[in-house]
Amino acid sequence: MSSANLIEVRGLSKVFVSGLLNRHEVRVLDDVSFDIRRGETLGLVGESGCGKSTLGRSLLRLIEPTSGSITFDGTDITRLGRGELRRMRHRMQMIFQDPESSLNPRMKIGDSVSEPLRLGLCGKMGRKEILERVYELMEVVGLNPEHYGRYPYQLSGGQNQRVVLARILAINPEFIVADEPTASLDVSVQAQILRLMMDLKSAYGLTMLFISHDLEVVRHMSDRIAVMKCGRIEQVYRNEASSSSAPSLHLG
Amino acid sequence: MRENNSRRQMLLGFMILSAIALVAFFAGMIAPHEPNQTNLGERLSPPSWQYPFGNDNLGRCILSRIIFAARISLYIGVVVVSLSLLIGVALGSIAGYFGGLLDELIMRFVDAFLAFPSMFLALAVIGLMGPGLSNLILALVVVEWTGYARMVRGEVISLKGKEFLEAARSLGAKDSYILVRHVLPNVLAPVLVMSALGIGFTILAASGLSFLGLGVQPGIPEWGSMLDDGRLYLRVAPHLMIFPGLAITITVLAFNLLGEGLRDELNPRLGSSIHEDAA
Repeated sequence: MSSANLIEVRGLSKVFVSGLLNRHEVRVLDDVSFDIRRGETLGLVGESGCGKSTLGRSLLRLIEPTSGSITFDGTDITRLGRGELRRMRHRMQMIFQDPESSLNPRMKIGDSVSEPLRLGLCGKMGRKEILERVYELMEVVGLNPEHYGRYPYQLSGGQNQRVVLARILAINPEFIVADEPTASLDVSVQAQILRLMMDLKSAYGLTMLFISHDLEVVRHMSDRIAVMKCGRIEQVYRNEASSSSAPSLHLG
Repeated sequence: MRENNSRRQMLLGFMILSAIALVAFFAGMIAPHEPNQTNLGERLSPPSWQYPFGNDNLGRCILSRIIFAARISLYIGVVVVSLSLLIGVALGSIAGYFGGLLDELIMRFVDAFLAFPSMFLALAVIGLMGPGLSNLILALVVVEWTGYARMVRGEVISLKGKEFLEAARSLGAKDSYILVRHVLPNVLAPVLVMSALGIGFTILAASGLSFLGLGVQPGIPEWGSMLDDGRLYLRVAPHLMIFPGLAITITVLAFNLLGEGLRDELNPRLGSSIHEDAA
């Protein structure tokens, strides 16, 4: 059961079809196959529009892939029914590019963080227990207790991304897809969030797919790097952390 | 500037409406006369100290009738809009959220209602069911629910691309939970605004139908039917139409002020609720 790979993707394709009479097909993912080992961070780089985000969302079945299989911890999640998938969903989570729109604008920060706990993803918890846990998580990601009652528009992008991280820690997943989590943040905040993500990753033993078009950031974060182009994975190589070993890439 | 304006509008609308609601609630204590008491000696007499708004063609006190009519008009407005909201929000959010075939079915059903001119549809319903208060309400709901359904559907579709819904889905939450907890609170603002404006429109439409003799039963004071009664005496006793007309105008105006004030207030770009304390 517990093989070395947490994620095994085989022949994954996604075709978007538009138009009823004038059918127009766009092949966004074309026969993608790769593995992610337990505890590893796989970096995914590629130009804008090459299908990185579609791949990330397909892995969690937030987008239904057209064909291929995705095996998560020994289970082929492309074959799961709605109910079965729903029960597995909390084991894989996603961090989105725009932190503000990944939080419900009419929900207080504290309620967003406590939502997974209130839904009972970590077993039944009393109200007081939940509150304590939320404050604890907010502290872990570097938020102040007074942020509890704020709304997302009252916080900065970096703070909102911390809220997203706290929420994800509350869910306690095994696998995280981070889709350009720092692309909408300014450089100094980027560094803070990336450092926080690395700390959390090693503290919680997370497996991660880290998507970015910024090769520098991906090199910083990843154990291995996959290069994507026009819906295909061109190559996967071990990140030696020294930039000289990486092949030269033309990234837009 | 802008934000003060919308506040003041809202406050003014709210104050007028509270006054009307109070008058309607305490109609029995405020009205100087019995609304249906005829006094043929005072037929069509102009405003006086005893009858501040004058008397109608049967010598009834117009002020008292207007006060009692406020009850009916507010009742119709609130009930029609609440029922329309209930149907419209339910069907519109389901259509927008699930999309696909369900969306097609619901929206084509809406289109079928929209294919008729709205007043014509209301007339047809009343023609079929006969006049009366409950049929008037039914007719107006039939006309109005489509507007709410379409608006809610549009709002839900514009929300659908937002990542927080995907985040909720990846929690393993059920669709019903996501709809109620995440989607509906975010479409509430425009719905609220439309309801406030919708009550004004409803009161106007109800008065119109009553004016045509298709509304409430004769004898029950209602602003529209009062206008209708006064129509024949417009030249000799214009006050028969002026005062009920003013009552309708002021009420509709108050709802519009409230609705537009709310719209500006709830719009995050214009509203005053943005605090610049993000660090």
